[in-house]
Amino acid sequence: MKYATQRVALPFFALALALFALQVTFGILAATVYVLPEFLVDYVPFHIMRMSHTNLLIVWLLIGFMGCTYYLLPEEAESEIHSPMIAYVQLAIFAVAGAGALVSYQFGIHEGREFLEQPLWSKILITVSFLMFLYNSSRTLLVGRKTAINSVLMLGLWLAAIFWLFAFYNPGNLGLDKLYWWWIVHIWVEGVWELIMASLLAYLLIKLTGVDREIIEKWLYVIIGLALFSGLLGTGHHYYWIGAPAYWQPIGSIFSTLEVAPFFAMVMFAFYMFWKGRRNHPNKSAMLWTLGSAAVAFFGAGVWGFMHTLSFVNYYTHGTQVTAAHGHLAFYGAYVMMVLAVITYAMPQLRGRQPYNQILNMWSFWVMTSAMCFMTFTLTFAGVVQTHLQRVMGINYMEVQQQLELFYYMRLGAGVFVAIAAVMFLVAIFGPAREELPEGMALTAR
Amino acid sequence: MIEGLSRSAARNIFFGGSAFFFLVFAGLTAHSHYYIVNVSTNQEGLTPSVIAGKHVWEKHSCINCHSLHGEGAYFAPEIGNVWTRYGGEENPDGARASLKGWIRAQPLGVPGRRQMPYFDLSEEELDNLIDFFRWADAMDTQGWPPNKAG
Repeated sequence: MKYATQRVALPFFALALALFALQVTFGILAATVYVLPEFLVDYVPFHIMRMSHTNLLIVWLLIGFMGCTYYLLPEEAESEIHSPMIAYVQLAIFAVAGAGALVSYQFGIHEGREFLEQPLWSKILITVSFLMFLYNSSRTLLVGRKTAINSVLMLGLWLAAIFWLFAFYNPGNLGLDKLYWWWIVHIWVEGVWELIMASLLAYLLIKLTGVDREIIEKWLYVIIGLALFSGLLGTGHHYYWIGAPAYWQPIGSIFSTLEVAPFFAMVMFAFYMFWKGRRNHPNKSAMLWTLGSAAVAFFGAGVWGFMHTLSFVNYYTHGTQVTAAHGHLAFYGAYVMMVLAVITYAMPQLRGRQPYNQILNMWSFWVMTSAMCFMTFTLTFAGVVQTHLQRVMGINYMEVQQQLELFYYMRLGAGVFVAIAAVMFLVAIFGPAREELPEGMALTAR
Repeated sequence: MIEGLSRSAARNIFFGGSAFFFLVFAGLTAHSHYYIVNVSTNQEGLTPSVIAGKHVWEKHSCINCHSLHGEGAYFAPEIGNVWTRYGGEENPDGARASLKGWIRAQPLGVPGRRQMPYFDLSEEELDNLIDFFRWADAMDTQGWPPNKAG
Protein backbone atom coordinates (compact mmCIF):
# COMPACT_ATOMS: atom_id res chain seq x y z
CA MET A 1 0.00 0.00 0.00
CA LYS A 2 1.70 3.14 -1.22
CA TYR A 3 -0.66 5.76 0.19
CA ALA A 4 -1.76 5.89 3.83
CA THR A 5 -5.29 7.07 3.00
CA GLN A 6 -6.03 3.93 0.98
CA ARG A 7 -6.83 2.53 4.41
CA VAL A 8 -10.14 4.44 4.18
CA ALA A 9 -11.38 1.59 2.00
CA LEU A 10 -11.26 -0.95 4.83
CA PRO A 11 -14.47 -0.02 6.71
CA PHE A 12 -16.28 0.27 3.36
CA PHE A 13 -15.28 -3.27 2.44
CA ALA A 14 -16.20 -4.58 5.89
CA LEU A 15 -19.65 -3.01 5.84
CA ALA A 16 -20.26 -4.04 2.22
CA LEU A 17 -19.49 -7.67 3.02
CA ALA A 18 -21.63 -7.65 6.16
CA LEU A 19 -24.57 -6.41 4.08
CA PHE A 20 -23.75 -9.01 1.42
CA ALA A 21 -24.16 -11.70 4.08
CA LEU A 22 -27.53 -10.19 5.05
CA GLN A 23 -28.59 -10.00 1.40
CA VAL A 24 -27.92 -13.72 0.94
CA THR A 25 -29.82 -14.44 4.17
CA PHE A 26 -32.94 -12.61 2.96
CA GLY A 27 -32.58 -14.37 -0.40
CA ILE A 28 -32.67 -17.74 1.33
CA LEU A 29 -35.70 -16.71 3.40
CA ALA A 30 -37.57 -15.67 0.26
CA ALA A 31 -36.52 -18.84 -1.59
CA THR A 32 -37.83 -20.85 1.36
CA VAL A 33 -41.25 -19.20 1.07
CA TYR A 34 -41.35 -20.35 -2.56
CA VAL A 35 -41.30 -23.98 -1.38
CA LEU A 36 -42.92 -23.61 2.07
CA PRO A 37 -45.50 -20.84 1.61
CA GLU A 38 -46.42 -20.61 5.30
CA PHE A 39 -42.80 -20.01 6.36
CA LEU A 40 -42.63 -16.89 8.62
CA VAL A 41 -45.88 -15.69 7.06
CA ASP A 42 -47.03 -13.91 10.23
CA TYR A 43 -43.66 -12.28 10.93
CA VAL A 44 -41.96 -11.29 7.68
CA PRO A 45 -44.22 -11.40 4.63
CA PHE A 46 -42.69 -12.22 1.25
CA HIS A 47 -42.77 -8.68 -0.11
CA ILE A 48 -40.69 -7.45 2.83
CA MET A 49 -38.12 -10.24 2.35
CA ARG A 50 -37.89 -9.49 -1.33
CA MET A 51 -37.42 -5.73 -0.97
CA SER A 52 -34.83 -6.37 1.75
CA HIS A 53 -32.99 -8.78 -0.55
CA THR A 54 -32.87 -6.44 -3.56
CA ASN A 55 -32.19 -3.25 -1.58
CA LEU A 56 -29.34 -4.83 0.36
CA LEU A 57 -27.75 -5.86 -2.94
CA ILE A 58 -27.86 -2.32 -4.30
CA VAL A 59 -26.67 -0.75 -1.06
CA TRP A 60 -23.75 -3.11 -0.52
CA LEU A 61 -22.62 -2.81 -4.13
CA LEU A 62 -22.67 1.00 -3.87
CA ILE A 63 -20.67 0.87 -0.63
CA GLY A 64 -18.35 -1.60 -2.35
CA PHE A 65 -17.88 0.75 -5.32
CA MET A 66 -17.05 3.58 -2.90
CA GLY A 67 -14.51 1.38 -1.13
CA CYS A 68 -12.95 0.38 -4.45
CA THR A 69 -12.76 4.06 -5.44
CA TYR A 70 -11.06 5.11 -2.21
CA TYR A 71 -8.63 2.23 -2.58
CA LEU A 72 -7.53 2.79 -6.17
CA LEU A 73 -7.84 6.56 -6.41
CA PRO A 74 -4.66 7.49 -4.48
CA GLU A 75 -2.61 5.03 -6.56
CA GLU A 76 -4.06 6.20 -9.84
CA ALA A 77 -4.09 9.92 -8.99
CA GLU A 78 -0.76 9.65 -7.12
CA SER A 79 -2.26 11.72 -4.37
CA GLU A 80 -3.75 11.07 -0.91
CA ILE A 81 -7.54 11.12 -0.47
CA HIS A 82 -8.72 14.73 -0.05
CA SER A 83 -10.31 14.09 3.34
CA PRO A 84 -10.47 10.74 5.14
CA MET A 85 -12.82 12.39 7.66
CA ILE A 86 -15.41 13.16 4.95
CA ALA A 87 -15.09 9.55 3.81
CA TYR A 88 -15.87 8.17 7.27
CA VAL A 89 -18.73 10.61 7.82
CA GLN A 90 -20.36 9.85 4.46
CA LEU A 91 -20.00 6.13 5.14
CA ALA A 92 -21.76 6.61 8.48
CA ILE A 93 -24.57 8.56 6.78
CA PHE A 94 -24.93 5.90 4.09
CA ALA A 95 -24.96 3.17 6.73
CA VAL A 96 -27.70 4.97 8.68
CA ALA A 97 -29.72 5.47 5.49
CA GLY A 98 -29.34 1.84 4.38
CA ALA A 99 -29.74 0.18 7.77
CA GLY A 100 -32.56 2.56 8.68
CA ALA A 101 -34.43 1.64 5.50
CA LEU A 102 -33.89 -2.08 6.14
CA VAL A 103 -35.19 -1.84 9.70
CA SER A 104 -38.16 0.29 8.69
CA TYR A 105 -39.13 -2.31 6.06
CA GLN A 106 -39.49 -4.89 8.81
CA PHE A 107 -42.17 -2.64 10.34
CA GLY A 108 -43.93 -2.16 7.02
CA ILE A 109 -42.62 1.39 6.45
CA HIS A 110 -41.57 1.80 2.83
CA GLU A 111 -42.34 3.46 -0.46
CA GLY A 112 -43.78 1.36 -3.22
CA ARG A 113 -41.83 1.42 -6.46
CA GLU A 114 -39.66 -1.60 -7.12
CA PHE A 115 -36.05 -1.14 -5.88
CA LEU A 116 -36.91 2.44 -4.80
CA GLU A 117 -38.71 1.42 -1.61
CA GLN A 118 -36.47 3.56 0.64
CA PRO A 119 -38.52 6.08 2.65
CA LEU A 120 -37.97 9.68 1.54
CA TRP A 121 -35.64 10.55 4.44
CA SER A 122 -33.47 7.57 3.49
CA LYS A 123 -33.36 8.63 -0.17
CA ILE A 124 -32.28 12.12 0.89
CA LEU A 125 -29.53 10.78 3.17
CA ILE A 126 -28.31 8.49 0.37
CA THR A 127 -28.11 11.52 -1.93
CA VAL A 128 -26.26 13.61 0.67
CA SER A 129 -23.78 10.81 1.38
CA PHE A 130 -23.18 10.15 -2.31
CA LEU A 131 -22.59 13.85 -3.01
CA MET A 132 -20.07 14.00 -0.15
CA PHE A 133 -18.38 10.94 -1.64
CA LEU A 134 -18.28 12.53 -5.10
CA TYR A 135 -16.93 15.79 -3.68
CA ASN A 136 -14.21 13.96 -1.79
CA SER A 137 -13.13 11.72 -4.64
CA SER A 138 -13.38 14.46 -7.29
CA ARG A 139 -11.20 16.78 -5.20
CA THR A 140 -8.65 13.98 -4.99
CA LEU A 141 -8.76 13.46 -8.74
CA LEU A 142 -8.54 17.18 -9.56
CA VAL A 143 -5.23 17.71 -7.78
CA GLY A 144 -3.75 14.43 -8.97
CA ARG A 145 -2.86 12.50 -12.09
CA LYS A 146 -5.80 11.92 -14.42
CA THR A 147 -5.69 8.48 -15.99
CA ALA A 148 -8.34 6.86 -18.15
CA ILE A 149 -9.09 4.50 -15.26
CA ASN A 150 -9.81 7.10 -12.61
CA SER A 151 -11.54 9.45 -15.08
CA VAL A 152 -13.89 6.76 -16.37
CA LEU A 153 -14.57 5.56 -12.83
CA MET A 154 -15.47 9.07 -11.68
CA LEU A 155 -17.58 9.64 -14.79
CA GLY A 156 -19.53 6.45 -14.06
CA LEU A 157 -20.07 7.45 -10.43
CA TRP A 158 -21.20 10.99 -11.30
CA LEU A 159 -23.61 9.72 -13.94
CA ALA A 160 -24.99 7.15 -11.47
CA ALA A 161 -25.69 10.01 -9.05
CA ILE A 162 -27.34 12.16 -11.73
CA PHE A 163 -29.66 9.40 -12.95
CA TRP A 164 -30.51 8.52 -9.32
CA LEU A 165 -32.33 11.87 -9.13
CA PHE A 166 -35.18 10.32 -11.17
CA ALA A 167 -35.96 8.39 -7.95
CA PHE A 168 -37.56 11.61 -6.67
CA TYR A 169 -39.94 11.88 -9.64
CA ASN A 170 -43.05 9.73 -9.43
CA PRO A 171 -45.76 10.77 -11.90
CA GLY A 172 -49.37 9.69 -11.39
CA ASN A 173 -49.54 8.29 -14.93
CA LEU A 174 -48.29 4.69 -14.67
CA GLY A 175 -46.87 4.77 -18.21
CA LEU A 176 -44.75 7.83 -17.45
CA ASP A 177 -43.76 6.36 -14.09
CA LYS A 178 -42.36 3.29 -15.86
CA LEU A 179 -40.77 5.34 -18.66
CA TYR A 180 -38.60 7.31 -16.21
CA TRP A 181 -38.17 4.54 -13.64
CA TRP A 182 -36.05 2.75 -16.25
CA TRP A 183 -33.90 5.87 -16.53
CA ILE A 184 -32.57 4.86 -13.13
CA VAL A 185 -32.78 1.09 -13.20
CA HIS A 186 -31.65 0.35 -16.74
CA ILE A 187 -29.26 3.28 -17.19
CA TRP A 188 -27.56 2.23 -13.97
CA VAL A 189 -27.07 -1.48 -14.47
CA GLU A 190 -26.87 -1.64 -18.26
CA GLY A 191 -25.17 1.72 -18.71
CA VAL A 192 -23.17 3.77 -16.27
CA TRP A 193 -22.41 0.95 -13.82
CA GLU A 194 -20.65 -0.75 -16.72
CA LEU A 195 -18.27 2.23 -16.76
CA ILE A 196 -17.51 1.53 -13.10
CA MET A 197 -17.12 -2.21 -13.73
CA ALA A 198 -14.86 -1.72 -16.77
CA SER A 199 -12.59 0.74 -14.98
CA LEU A 200 -12.23 -1.60 -11.98
CA LEU A 201 -11.44 -4.43 -14.41
CA ALA A 202 -8.83 -2.29 -16.17
CA TYR A 203 -7.25 -1.33 -12.83
CA LEU A 204 -7.00 -4.95 -11.71
CA LEU A 205 -5.55 -6.04 -15.05
CA ILE A 206 -2.82 -3.39 -14.92
CA LYS A 207 -1.91 -4.45 -11.39
CA LEU A 208 -2.14 -8.19 -11.88
CA THR A 209 -0.76 -8.65 -15.39
CA GLY A 210 1.63 -5.71 -15.74
CA VAL A 211 0.48 -4.98 -19.32
CA ASP A 212 1.17 -1.43 -20.54
CA ARG A 213 -1.28 1.19 -19.39
CA GLU A 214 -1.53 2.57 -22.94
CA ILE A 215 -3.00 -0.71 -24.22
CA ILE A 216 -5.28 -1.31 -21.24
CA GLU A 217 -6.72 2.18 -21.33
CA LYS A 218 -7.40 2.03 -25.04
CA TRP A 219 -9.42 -1.16 -24.47
CA LEU A 220 -11.22 0.58 -21.63
CA TYR A 221 -12.50 3.34 -23.92
CA VAL A 222 -13.52 0.84 -26.56
CA ILE A 223 -15.48 -1.20 -23.98
CA ILE A 224 -17.31 1.70 -22.40
CA GLY A 225 -18.04 3.10 -25.87
CA LEU A 226 -19.68 -0.20 -26.80
CA ALA A 227 -21.54 -0.15 -23.47
CA LEU A 228 -23.14 3.25 -23.94
CA PHE A 229 -23.67 3.08 -27.70
CA SER A 230 -25.70 -0.09 -27.19
CA GLY A 231 -27.00 0.44 -23.67
CA LEU A 232 -28.70 3.83 -24.00
CA LEU A 233 -31.05 2.87 -26.83
CA GLY A 234 -31.04 -0.67 -25.42
CA THR A 235 -33.33 0.77 -22.72
CA GLY A 236 -35.93 0.26 -25.43
CA HIS A 237 -36.22 -3.42 -24.48
CA HIS A 238 -38.04 -2.25 -21.34
CA TYR A 239 -40.36 -0.01 -23.37
CA TYR A 240 -42.07 -2.74 -25.39
CA TRP A 241 -45.17 -3.22 -23.21
CA ILE A 242 -45.54 -0.18 -20.96
CA GLY A 243 -47.56 2.09 -23.20
CA ALA A 244 -44.61 3.46 -25.20
CA PRO A 245 -44.69 3.59 -29.04
CA ALA A 246 -44.22 0.44 -31.14
CA TYR A 247 -40.93 1.67 -32.63
CA TRP A 248 -39.20 0.58 -29.43
CA GLN A 249 -39.65 -3.04 -30.55
CA PRO A 250 -37.12 -2.85 -33.44
CA ILE A 251 -34.91 -0.25 -31.71
CA GLY A 252 -34.87 -2.12 -28.40
CA SER A 253 -34.33 -5.49 -30.09
CA ILE A 254 -31.36 -4.29 -32.16
CA PHE A 255 -29.57 -2.18 -29.58
CA SER A 256 -30.10 -4.50 -26.64
CA THR A 257 -28.73 -7.36 -28.76
CA LEU A 258 -25.65 -5.18 -29.22
CA GLU A 259 -25.41 -4.93 -25.41
CA VAL A 260 -23.69 -8.33 -25.59
CA ALA A 261 -20.73 -6.63 -27.34
CA PRO A 262 -19.19 -4.78 -24.37
CA PHE A 263 -19.40 -7.93 -22.26
CA PHE A 264 -17.82 -10.00 -25.00
CA ALA A 265 -15.11 -7.34 -25.31
CA MET A 266 -14.51 -7.54 -21.56
CA VAL A 267 -13.95 -11.32 -21.68
CA MET A 268 -11.61 -10.93 -24.65
CA PHE A 269 -9.83 -8.08 -22.90
CA ALA A 270 -9.40 -9.90 -19.59
CA PHE A 271 -8.14 -13.17 -21.07
CA TYR A 272 -5.97 -11.48 -23.71
CA MET A 273 -4.23 -9.36 -21.06
CA PHE A 274 -3.89 -12.43 -18.84
CA TRP A 275 -1.98 -14.28 -21.59
CA LYS A 276 -0.02 -11.21 -22.66
CA GLY A 277 1.01 -10.23 -19.13
CA ARG A 278 4.50 -11.00 -17.98
CA ARG A 279 3.96 -10.25 -14.34
CA ASN A 280 3.54 -13.31 -12.14
CA HIS A 281 1.48 -11.65 -9.43
CA PRO A 282 1.29 -13.74 -6.25
CA ASN A 283 -2.41 -12.91 -5.67
CA LYS A 284 -3.83 -15.77 -7.75
CA SER A 285 -7.25 -15.60 -6.14
CA ALA A 286 -7.69 -11.94 -7.18
CA MET A 287 -6.79 -12.97 -10.74
CA LEU A 288 -9.37 -15.76 -10.56
CA TRP A 289 -12.16 -13.42 -9.44
CA THR A 290 -11.15 -10.89 -12.11
CA LEU A 291 -11.26 -13.37 -14.99
CA GLY A 292 -14.35 -15.01 -13.48
CA SER A 293 -16.20 -11.70 -13.27
CA ALA A 294 -15.61 -10.92 -16.95
CA ALA A 295 -16.63 -14.46 -17.97
CA VAL A 296 -19.76 -14.76 -15.79
CA ALA A 297 -20.85 -11.21 -16.69
CA PHE A 298 -20.66 -12.23 -20.35
CA PHE A 299 -22.93 -15.22 -19.74
CA GLY A 300 -25.24 -13.65 -17.15
CA ALA A 301 -25.66 -10.18 -18.62
CA GLY A 302 -24.78 -10.92 -22.23
CA VAL A 303 -26.04 -14.38 -23.17
CA TRP A 304 -28.92 -14.62 -20.67
CA GLY A 305 -29.91 -11.06 -21.51
CA PHE A 306 -29.96 -11.75 -25.23
CA MET A 307 -32.00 -14.91 -24.66
CA HIS A 308 -35.19 -12.93 -23.95
CA THR A 309 -34.46 -9.48 -25.32
CA LEU A 310 -35.89 -9.73 -28.85
CA SER A 311 -39.38 -8.24 -28.76
CA PHE A 312 -41.07 -11.26 -30.34
CA VAL A 313 -39.44 -13.55 -27.77
CA ASN A 314 -39.99 -11.12 -24.90
CA TYR A 315 -43.69 -10.99 -25.77
CA TYR A 316 -43.90 -14.50 -24.29
CA THR A 317 -41.13 -14.49 -21.67
CA HIS A 318 -41.79 -11.04 -20.17
CA GLY A 319 -42.64 -11.22 -16.49
CA THR A 320 -41.63 -14.85 -15.99
CA GLN A 321 -38.84 -16.59 -14.10
CA VAL A 322 -36.62 -16.15 -17.18
CA THR A 323 -36.12 -12.55 -16.06
CA ALA A 324 -35.28 -13.69 -12.53
CA ALA A 325 -32.67 -16.11 -13.92
CA HIS A 326 -31.02 -13.38 -15.98
CA GLY A 327 -31.12 -10.86 -13.13
CA HIS A 328 -29.37 -13.18 -10.68
CA LEU A 329 -26.44 -14.17 -12.91
CA ALA A 330 -25.98 -10.72 -14.44
CA PHE A 331 -25.70 -8.95 -11.08
CA TYR A 332 -23.49 -11.68 -9.70
CA GLY A 333 -21.05 -11.75 -12.62
CA ALA A 334 -20.80 -8.09 -13.44
CA TYR A 335 -20.95 -6.40 -10.06
CA VAL A 336 -20.74 -8.84 -7.15
CA MET A 337 -17.71 -10.69 -8.54
CA MET A 338 -15.97 -7.46 -9.56
CA VAL A 339 -16.28 -5.96 -6.09
CA LEU A 340 -15.13 -9.27 -4.54
CA ALA A 341 -12.17 -9.24 -6.96
CA VAL A 342 -11.07 -5.78 -5.84
CA ILE A 343 -11.54 -6.74 -2.17
CA THR A 344 -9.48 -9.92 -2.70
CA TYR A 345 -6.77 -7.85 -4.38
CA ALA A 346 -6.77 -5.00 -1.85
CA MET A 347 -7.13 -6.77 1.49
CA PRO A 348 -3.57 -8.17 1.74
CA GLN A 349 -2.21 -4.64 1.30
CA LEU A 350 -4.75 -3.20 3.72
CA ARG A 351 -3.76 -5.79 6.31
CA GLY A 352 -0.06 -5.39 5.53
CA ARG A 353 0.48 -9.01 4.49
CA GLN A 354 1.40 -11.11 1.51
CA PRO A 355 -1.68 -12.58 -0.22
CA TYR A 356 -3.18 -15.01 2.30
CA ASN A 357 -5.80 -17.76 2.59
CA GLN A 358 -5.87 -18.09 -1.16
CA ILE A 359 -6.95 -21.71 -1.29
CA LEU A 360 -10.02 -21.02 0.84
CA ASN A 361 -10.76 -17.90 -1.21
CA MET A 362 -10.60 -19.92 -4.45
CA TRP A 363 -12.86 -22.60 -2.97
CA SER A 364 -15.32 -19.86 -2.18
CA PHE A 365 -15.06 -18.64 -5.81
CA TRP A 366 -15.83 -22.06 -7.24
CA VAL A 367 -18.62 -22.95 -4.82
CA MET A 368 -20.31 -19.57 -5.11
CA THR A 369 -20.00 -19.38 -8.89
CA SER A 370 -21.18 -22.95 -9.44
CA ALA A 371 -24.12 -22.41 -7.10
CA MET A 372 -25.11 -19.15 -8.83
CA CYS A 373 -24.91 -20.87 -12.21
CA PHE A 374 -27.03 -23.76 -10.94
CA MET A 375 -29.57 -21.30 -9.52
CA THR A 376 -29.68 -19.57 -12.90
CA PHE A 377 -30.23 -22.87 -14.72
CA THR A 378 -33.08 -23.91 -12.42
CA LEU A 379 -34.79 -20.52 -12.78
CA THR A 380 -34.27 -20.66 -16.55
CA PHE A 381 -35.95 -24.06 -16.76
CA ALA A 382 -38.74 -22.80 -14.49
CA GLY A 383 -39.12 -19.77 -16.74
CA VAL A 384 -39.26 -21.78 -19.95
CA VAL A 385 -41.89 -24.14 -18.54
CA GLN A 386 -43.83 -21.16 -17.16
CA THR A 387 -43.65 -19.34 -20.51
CA HIS A 388 -45.04 -22.33 -22.33
CA LEU A 389 -47.80 -23.25 -19.89
CA GLN A 390 -48.92 -19.75 -19.03
CA ARG A 391 -48.18 -17.53 -22.01
CA VAL A 392 -48.67 -20.10 -24.78
CA MET A 393 -51.20 -22.58 -23.33
CA GLY A 394 -53.01 -19.94 -21.25
CA ILE A 395 -53.07 -21.95 -17.99
CA ASN A 396 -53.66 -19.82 -14.91
CA TYR A 397 -50.72 -18.37 -12.99
CA MET A 398 -51.21 -20.21 -9.69
CA GLU A 399 -51.73 -23.58 -11.40
CA VAL A 400 -48.55 -23.10 -13.40
CA GLN A 401 -46.58 -22.21 -10.27
CA GLN A 402 -47.44 -25.60 -8.78
CA GLN A 403 -45.75 -27.24 -11.77
CA LEU A 404 -42.53 -25.37 -10.98
CA GLU A 405 -42.06 -26.60 -7.41
CA LEU A 406 -39.13 -28.88 -8.17
CA PHE A 407 -37.17 -26.00 -9.71
CA TYR A 408 -37.86 -23.84 -6.66
CA TYR A 409 -36.52 -26.57 -4.36
CA MET A 410 -33.33 -26.75 -6.43
CA ARG A 411 -33.03 -22.95 -6.39
CA LEU A 412 -33.22 -22.99 -2.59
CA GLY A 413 -30.50 -25.65 -2.48
CA ALA A 414 -28.30 -23.51 -4.72
CA GLY A 415 -28.92 -20.55 -2.42
CA VAL A 416 -27.71 -22.53 0.60
CA PHE A 417 -24.44 -23.24 -1.23
CA VAL A 418 -24.07 -19.53 -2.06
CA ALA A 419 -24.41 -18.83 1.67
CA ILE A 420 -21.77 -21.43 2.53
CA ALA A 421 -19.43 -19.91 -0.05
CA ALA A 422 -20.08 -16.40 1.28
CA VAL A 423 -19.06 -17.55 4.76
CA MET A 424 -15.90 -19.10 3.27
CA PHE A 425 -15.13 -15.79 1.57
CA LEU A 426 -15.62 -13.83 4.80
CA VAL A 427 -13.35 -16.23 6.70
CA ALA A 428 -10.72 -16.09 3.94
CA ILE A 429 -10.75 -12.28 3.94
CA PHE A 430 -11.20 -11.36 7.61
CA GLY A 431 -10.07 -14.55 9.37
CA PRO A 432 -6.54 -15.22 10.58
CA ALA A 433 -4.01 -15.43 7.73
CA ARG A 434 -3.10 -19.12 7.81
CA GLU A 435 -0.83 -19.29 4.79
CA GLU A 436 0.81 -16.47 2.85
CA LEU A 437 2.41 -16.15 -0.56
CA PRO A 438 5.07 -15.97 -1.87
CA GLU A 439 6.39 -17.82 1.22
CA GLY A 440 3.90 -20.61 0.61
CA MET A 441 4.92 -20.71 -3.05
CA ALA A 442 8.55 -21.12 -2.10
CA LEU A 443 7.61 -23.94 0.23
CA THR A 444 5.92 -26.00 -2.48
CA ALA A 445 8.76 -25.27 -4.92
CA ARG A 446 11.27 -26.75 -2.51
CA MET B 1 -8.56 -3.79 -35.37
CA ILE B 2 -7.65 -2.26 -32.03
CA GLU B 3 -3.94 -1.91 -32.93
CA GLY B 4 -4.68 0.85 -35.43
CA LEU B 5 -6.56 2.90 -32.85
CA SER B 6 -4.85 5.35 -30.49
CA ARG B 7 -5.99 5.91 -26.92
CA SER B 8 -7.04 9.49 -27.56
CA ALA B 9 -8.96 8.48 -30.69
CA ALA B 10 -10.76 5.80 -28.67
CA ARG B 11 -11.60 8.39 -26.01
CA ASN B 12 -12.96 10.86 -28.55
CA ILE B 13 -15.10 8.19 -30.19
CA PHE B 14 -16.46 7.28 -26.77
CA PHE B 15 -17.44 10.82 -25.84
CA GLY B 16 -18.77 11.77 -29.26
CA GLY B 17 -20.72 8.54 -29.74
CA SER B 18 -22.16 8.54 -26.23
CA ALA B 19 -23.32 12.13 -26.57
CA PHE B 20 -24.95 11.29 -29.90
CA PHE B 21 -26.75 8.20 -28.61
CA PHE B 22 -27.81 10.02 -25.46
CA LEU B 23 -29.41 12.80 -27.50
CA VAL B 24 -31.24 10.28 -29.68
CA PHE B 25 -32.41 8.41 -26.59
CA ALA B 26 -33.54 11.59 -24.84
CA GLY B 27 -35.40 12.71 -27.97
CA LEU B 28 -37.21 9.40 -28.34
CA THR B 29 -38.04 9.43 -24.62
CA ALA B 30 -39.56 12.90 -25.02
CA HIS B 31 -41.65 11.62 -27.91
CA SER B 32 -42.66 8.55 -25.89
CA HIS B 33 -43.73 10.85 -23.05
CA TYR B 34 -45.95 12.73 -25.50
CA TYR B 35 -47.27 9.44 -26.90
CA ILE B 36 -48.10 8.00 -23.47
CA VAL B 37 -49.93 11.14 -22.36
CA ASN B 38 -51.85 11.64 -25.62
CA VAL B 39 -52.24 8.25 -27.27
CA SER B 40 -51.67 5.13 -25.21
CA THR B 41 -53.20 6.14 -21.88
CA ASN B 42 -56.45 7.82 -20.95
CA GLN B 43 -55.23 11.14 -19.56
CA GLU B 44 -58.79 12.45 -18.95
CA GLY B 45 -59.57 9.24 -17.09
CA LEU B 46 -56.59 9.76 -14.80
CA THR B 47 -58.87 10.91 -11.99
CA PRO B 48 -57.84 11.70 -8.41
CA SER B 49 -59.23 8.28 -7.53
CA VAL B 50 -56.91 6.49 -10.00
CA ILE B 51 -53.92 8.44 -8.65
CA ALA B 52 -55.00 7.66 -5.07
CA GLY B 53 -55.27 4.01 -6.11
CA LYS B 54 -51.71 4.08 -7.43
CA HIS B 55 -50.70 5.41 -4.03
CA VAL B 56 -52.50 2.53 -2.27
CA TRP B 57 -50.69 0.12 -4.60
CA GLU B 58 -47.36 1.73 -3.68
CA LYS B 59 -48.04 2.16 0.03
CA HIS B 60 -48.41 -1.60 0.44
CA SER B 61 -45.64 -2.40 -2.07
CA CYS B 62 -47.85 -4.80 -4.02
CA ILE B 63 -45.12 -4.84 -6.71
CA ASN B 64 -42.88 -6.94 -4.45
CA CYS B 65 -45.16 -9.95 -4.97
CA HIS B 66 -47.27 -9.15 -8.03
CA SER B 67 -46.25 -7.88 -11.46
CA LEU B 68 -47.81 -4.92 -13.25
CA HIS B 69 -47.45 -5.01 -17.04
CA GLY B 70 -44.88 -7.74 -16.47
CA GLU B 71 -42.68 -5.80 -14.05
CA GLY B 72 -42.42 -6.78 -10.41
CA ALA B 73 -41.67 -9.82 -8.32
CA TYR B 74 -43.30 -12.72 -10.26
CA PHE B 75 -44.40 -14.29 -6.93
CA ALA B 76 -48.10 -13.57 -7.49
CA PRO B 77 -50.35 -13.04 -10.52
CA GLU B 78 -50.18 -10.20 -13.05
CA ILE B 79 -52.29 -7.16 -12.13
CA GLY B 80 -52.09 -5.25 -15.42
CA ASN B 81 -54.94 -7.36 -16.85
CA VAL B 82 -56.72 -8.36 -13.64
CA TRP B 83 -59.70 -6.20 -14.60
CA THR B 84 -60.11 -8.15 -17.84
CA ARG B 85 -59.54 -11.46 -16.05
CA TYR B 86 -62.36 -10.68 -13.63
CA GLY B 87 -64.68 -9.87 -16.52
CA GLY B 88 -64.65 -6.11 -15.93
CA GLU B 89 -65.34 -5.38 -19.59
CA GLU B 90 -68.70 -7.17 -19.55
CA ASN B 91 -69.73 -6.65 -15.95
CA PRO B 92 -67.88 -3.80 -14.20
CA ASP B 93 -69.95 -3.95 -11.00
CA GLY B 94 -69.49 -7.70 -10.68
CA ALA B 95 -65.74 -7.47 -11.26
CA ARG B 96 -65.41 -4.70 -8.68
CA ALA B 97 -67.35 -6.67 -6.08
CA SER B 98 -65.35 -9.85 -6.77
CA LEU B 99 -61.98 -8.05 -6.52
CA LYS B 100 -62.98 -6.39 -3.26
CA GLY B 101 -64.21 -9.67 -1.85
CA TRP B 102 -61.01 -11.44 -2.85
CA ILE B 103 -58.73 -8.81 -1.29
CA ARG B 104 -60.81 -8.79 1.92
CA ALA B 105 -60.73 -12.58 2.16
CA GLN B 106 -56.92 -12.67 2.46
CA PRO B 107 -55.14 -14.55 3.84
CA LEU B 108 -57.07 -17.54 2.57
CA GLY B 109 -55.14 -19.89 4.83
CA VAL B 110 -55.29 -22.74 2.31
CA PRO B 111 -52.48 -25.11 3.37
CA GLY B 112 -49.55 -25.21 0.94
CA ARG B 113 -50.79 -22.18 -0.99
CA ARG B 114 -48.95 -18.84 -1.19
CA GLN B 115 -50.54 -16.44 1.28
CA MET B 116 -51.43 -12.87 0.46
CA PRO B 117 -51.28 -10.83 3.68
CA TYR B 118 -54.28 -9.05 5.13
CA PHE B 119 -54.20 -5.34 4.29
CA ASP B 120 -56.37 -2.99 6.27
CA LEU B 121 -57.97 -1.04 3.41
CA SER B 122 -61.01 1.21 3.73
CA GLU B 123 -63.92 0.97 1.29
CA GLU B 124 -62.64 4.14 -0.40
CA GLU B 125 -59.07 2.81 -0.70
CA LEU B 126 -60.39 -0.39 -2.26
CA ASP B 127 -62.39 1.61 -4.79
CA ASN B 128 -59.32 3.76 -5.58
CA LEU B 129 -57.18 0.67 -6.02
CA ILE B 130 -59.66 -0.97 -8.37
CA ASP B 131 -60.03 2.28 -10.34
CA PHE B 132 -56.25 2.18 -10.75
CA PHE B 133 -56.33 -1.46 -11.93
CA ARG B 134 -59.05 -0.61 -14.40
CA TRP B 135 -57.16 2.45 -15.73
CA ALA B 136 -53.91 0.45 -16.06
CA ASP B 137 -55.73 -2.37 -17.85
CA ALA B 138 -57.00 0.09 -20.44
CA MET B 139 -53.48 1.25 -21.38
CA ASP B 140 -52.38 0.37 -24.91
CA THR B 141 -49.54 -2.07 -24.16
CA GLN B 142 -48.95 -3.20 -27.75
CA GLY B 143 -51.07 -6.30 -27.21
CA TRP B 144 -49.23 -7.62 -24.16
CA PRO B 145 -49.89 -10.00 -22.42
CA PRO B 146 -50.71 -12.74 -24.94
CA ASN B 147 -53.68 -14.00 -22.86
CA LYS B 148 -55.42 -13.29 -19.58
CA ALA B 149 -53.88 -16.20 -17.65
CA GLY B 150 -52.19 -13.84 -15.17
